[in-house]
Amino acid sequence: MVTINVNKFKCGYCGACVGVCPAGALELVETWIEVNETCTSCGICAKICPVGAIEVKK
Amino acid sequence: MKNEYDVIVIGAGPAGSIAAKTAALKGLDVLLIEKRQEIGDPVRCAEGVSKIWLRKHIEPDHRWICADVKGSRIYSPDGTMIEMAEEIAGGEVGYVLERKLFDRALAYESAKAGAEVMVKTRAMDLIMENGFVRGVKVMHLGETYDIRAKIVIGADGVESKVGRWAGIDTSLKPADIETCAQYLMSGTGIDQNYCYFYLGNDIAPAGYVWIFPKGEDLANVGIGILGSKSGGKHAVDYLNEFVKKTYPNARILEMDVGGVPVSGSIEKTIANGLMLIGDAARQSDPITGGGIINAMEAGKIAGEVAYKAISKGDVSTKALQEYENKWRSTIGYEIDNSLIVKETFTSFTDKEIDSLAHSLEGVNFSSMSLLDLLYALFRANKKLLWDLRVLFKNVVKYELDFER
Repeated sequence: MVTINVNKFKCGYCGACVGVCPAGALELVETWIEVNETCTSCGICAKICPVGAIEVKK
Repeated sequence: MKNEYDVIVIGAGPAGSIAAKTAALKGLDVLLIEKRQEIGDPVRCAEGVSKIWLRKHIEPDHRWICADVKGSRIYSPDGTMIEMAEEIAGGEVGYVLERKLFDRALAYESAKAGAEVMVKTRAMDLIMENGFVRGVKVMHLGETYDIRAKIVIGADGVESKVGRWAGIDTSLKPADIETCAQYLMSGTGIDQNYCYFYLGNDIAPAGYVWIFPKGEDLANVGIGILGSKSGGKHAVDYLNEFVKKTYPNARILEMDVGGVPVSGSIEKTIANGLMLIGDAARQSDPITGGGIINAMEAGKIAGEVAYKAISKGDVSTKALQEYENKWRSTIGYEIDNSLIVKETFTSFTDKEIDSLAHSLEGVNFSSMSLLDLLYALFRANKKLLWDLRVLFKNVVKYELDFER
């Protein structure tokens, strides 16, 4: 189950979220972010995103 | 693309290109892969670099140098300005680069040295056998390939996965990353001879605003805030506030965002058949955020160690330990000192930063060494001396060694 939502219109595909993900659930593929099932909804990615492009789904 | 190489370097930033070039010049069969279709784009960097250190790796070329900087002007929260001349400002002065062209120029150097370069080629996993990294699974234009190598060098940046695949935890905590946003702006009216830094917890919590000249009337106007202070407002929100207030009439020509590791040295940057370099190894400077020079230094060491290890037929951590030792005793030493300074400075209130700036007012910086600067600061701020006692000891030792 994907538990975060990346707004691709805001995302600057910088990869900062990938670097902080403790589960290694994120991947920056060229110009978009992919999320796999190991995401725990911890919200660190949403916190540190420079442009606020990530939302944790409730 | 072949099935097998001596060395595969993952990521064609400054670290990866220098590693690939160094290994190729030694006669190794090298593949440099880059997941993007263009090397150097999108930019995630303020683009400032020290002249002296840059020259160690590449001859400066006007095609990728935008500005030649003479000094830095640092503003404390109440507007007190400290000007640092070239001799002591260290990493804050030098050239402001056009990274899109600079990174490609470095990759070109590696190609000229004999390395094979592949763009739009993404590492998906490592090939592991008996506890050794033996190659990389890559995707190129939607097809996957297994490519074997005696040594893999991970230069895959802040979003690095290579270390994690080999069992090295490189994940950054929010307090270990500066989250950054930057506009390339026209019409700021800054003096193109200086880099500008604005400190203050209101404008950039546990970070700073920078304005780096980019030639003509252009400048990189950017901000980094500590990840642990982000959330309610993000880096771009702080940047928009600063720009609206300071340069209401300037025009935005480009937007760049990025995360800069400020964790300091991580525990381990090697595994059997693997070395991590640059931002992937968290080798950026924890106080300035500068990473280009450290990345190139690490890349060079890694390229040389790869050659030695492959020549001896031993790519185990025992052989690669030389890389670990060399980078830790050179750039690692600076990174450790900067981490101590970062931890002290990010705990300061705006009032404390102002009082530090006041203590330096009227000091003639042009004739000062870094040691003089620290003495001036410590004389006026006993608490700072205590907080930075470890650093102080190291700096004295380093300066004395340096002068000898």
